[in-house]
Amino acid sequence: MNLHPALKGLLIALPILTLAACSSTSQTSVSEAEAEAARRAQMERDAAVQVERAEQALTPAERVRQQMEALRQENVIYFDFDRSTIRQEFVESLRAHGEFLRNNPSVRVTIEGHTDERGTPEYNIALGERRAQAVVQYLQNLGVPASQMRTVSYGEERPVDMSRTEAGFAKNRRAVLVY
Amino acid sequence: MMRTLIQFSLLLALLLSLTVQARSALEIVITEGIDSAQPIAVVPFRFEGTNPPSETITEVIAADLMRSGQFNPIPRVRMPQQPYQASDVDFAAWLKEGVEHLVIGSIRETGPDRYTVSFELIDVVRGNAGLSQQMLNQGQLVQSQDYVLDARDTSIASNQVRQFGHRISDIVYERLTGTRGAFLTKIAYVLVQHDAEFPFQLAVADYDGANQQILLRSREPLMSPSWSPDGTKLAYVTFEQRQAQIVIQDIYTGRRSVLSSYPGINGAPTWSPDGRKMALVLSKDGNPEIYVMDIATKELTRVTNHRAIDTEPAWSPDGKEIIFSSERGGNPQLYSVNLQTGTTRRLTFEGEMNLSGTFTPDGQSIVMVHRNRGRYQIARMDRQTRFLQVLTTTSLDESPSIAPNGSMVIYSTMHGSKQVLALVSMDGRFKARLPAAEGEVKSPAWSPFL
Repeated sequence: MNLHPALKGLLIALPILTLAACSSTSQTSVSEAEAEAARRAQMERDAAVQVERAEQALTPAERVRQQMEALRQENVIYFDFDRSTIRQEFVESLRAHGEFLRNNPSVRVTIEGHTDERGTPEYNIALGERRAQAVVQYLQNLGVPASQMRTVSYGEERPVDMSRTEAGFAKNRRAVLVY
Repeated sequence: MMRTLIQFSLLLALLLSLTVQARSALEIVITEGIDSAQPIAVVPFRFEGTNPPSETITEVIAADLMRSGQFNPIPRVRMPQQPYQASDVDFAAWLKEGVEHLVIGSIRETGPDRYTVSFELIDVVRGNAGLSQQMLNQGQLVQSQDYVLDARDTSIASNQVRQFGHRISDIVYERLTGTRGAFLTKIAYVLVQHDAEFPFQLAVADYDGANQQILLRSREPLMSPSWSPDGTKLAYVTFEQRQAQIVIQDIYTGRRSVLSSYPGINGAPTWSPDGRKMALVLSKDGNPEIYVMDIATKELTRVTNHRAIDTEPAWSPDGKEIIFSSERGGNPQLYSVNLQTGTTRRLTFEGEMNLSGTFTPDGQSIVMVHRNRGRYQIARMDRQTRFLQVLTTTSLDESPSIAPNGSMVIYSTMHGSKQVLALVSMDGRFKARLPAAEGEVKSPAWSPFL
C-alpha cells in the first residue's frame, strides 16, 4: 500500500484513540467522583497563577527593522498638479521619517519623484526631481543630514494608476521614500 | 462628398489588407485627410515566374505614398486598365479617372529567390498630349518618351521586396514633389509592456512600423532615444542602475557605453548635427540645466544658468543654436540660445505652455508641444512670422520628431487608454495612427536619412 506518511500515522493512531475511548466509557460509573475532584483541583491551580508572555527584549537592529517596516507603510507623499509643495496632511508622516533618520544615521533613504502623464516626459523628469527635492529639503529642515538621502526622478515613467482619470493622475503625482 | 467617403473606405480596406500581410508590429490607421491629395495609380505589377514573393510590392508603394499626405492612390476597382509597360497605357482613360501619374511595372523570377523588378513612372497628362506629337530624329519617325519620368530594372531577393518598395516610393516622391523621400528611414521608440518580465524595451522599426527589432530589454524605465547623425547609434536614458544615466548604443553591434552618470538628472540627450557633441540635461549643480558634452573627451560646457527648470535641448540644423524649454518666465516656454554669443531669446508667447521644441530640417519652423486650455497638442511655428499652427486634434500629445525630409511629424498620443504613435503631415492635413499590437509605445525618434 502506497500511503502518504501522515495518513500512515493516522492509521496507527486511530485504533489507539478508539481503545482509550472504550476503556474510559467502561470505567465511567466508578470514577465520576474522582474526575470531578481532579477538575476542581485544576480550577484552583488556574486561579492561583496568571501566566503571561514576557516582552522579548529586541536588539537595536530588530527595533530599527520594525520601525522601518512601519514607515514603509506610510512612505508616499502626494502632490497637486504641477506643484511640489508639501501638503499639510503629510507633515506628520514626514516628521516620523525625519525622526527615524536622525536617530539612525547609518540608514540611507532614496526619495523617488513621480508625476502624472500630462506634459512632456523631459519636463516631468524635472518636475519629479523638484518633488523629490522638496521632500529632501523638508527632512533637512528637520535635521536629517543630506548625506543620508539621495533622489531619483522617474517623471511620468512609473505610474501606479493607469486609468488616466483625474483620480489616477492624483495617485501618480507622488514622492516615495524607499529604505 | 459621397465619392470621397467611398474612396476613403476603399483605401482603408486596402490598407487593412496590407497591414495584415505585412505582419507589422504597428499598424497604421488613417484618421483623416486624404481627399485633397494628388490622385495617383500604383498598378499591380505583372508577375512572370512560378514562385511570387510573399509581399506585394505595389501595396508597400501605395501605402507609402498615401501616408505622405501628398498622394491619394486610387483603389484597383477604379483602374480602367492594368498596364505593365509604358507602350500599353491608355492615357485618355486614366485622365478620365482624374489620375495624373501611374506607377507600373513587372516582377520577373530570374533564379532561386532572385527577382528582377522593373518599374516606370508615367506622366499621364504629358503622355496624352504627346500621342499626337511625333518627333523626327535623324530622319526617322520616333515617338517621344518624355512621359516616362523614371524607369529602372533592379535585381532583388524575396526578403528585399518591402525595402525596394520603399525605394520606388522615394523615387516617385522625389520626382513628383521635388523633395527627397523618407520612406527608407527608421523610427526608434520605447515599448512598455507592464506585465512583461522586462517591461521597458528599446525598439527600432521601419518608419511604417514594419520589421520591429528590440535593441534592449530592461526592468527599469528607458527614455528619450536620439539618433546619431550617421544613423548607426542611439543615445538614450536608462534607469537600470536605479538612477538616470545616458548610454550610447551601437545599433548594429549592440556595444554600449555610458556617456553620463552624474548625480540627479541625466536626460534628454540630443546629438549635434556634426555628431561630435551631445546636448543634455544635468541637475548635478542643483537644478536642471542644459549642457553640451564633447563625446570624445566628455568635457562639459554649461549652456544655461537659471534657477528655473531648463530642459529639452534641440540643435538648429547649422549647429550654432540650441532651443530649449524653460520655466524662467513662469510657465514653460521655448527659448533659443546662440552657442557662440550666449544670447538667449524667448521664442513662444502663445498658449499656456510650449514644450519639446524641435527644428524642421530647413531651420524655418519649430515643431513643439503646445498647451492650450489644458490640451497638449503638436503645433508648428514659423520662425520669421511667429505664426503658430496647431497640427493635431488630440489632447495628450508629446515627443514630436520630424522626418528628415520635413514632410511629417511622428509623436506619441493617447488612443483609448493606451499610449500610441501617430503621424501628422507638416501641414496638419493628413493624420494616421500606429496602434501598438501590445503594450504602450512612446518617445518616437525619426532617424536621419540612412
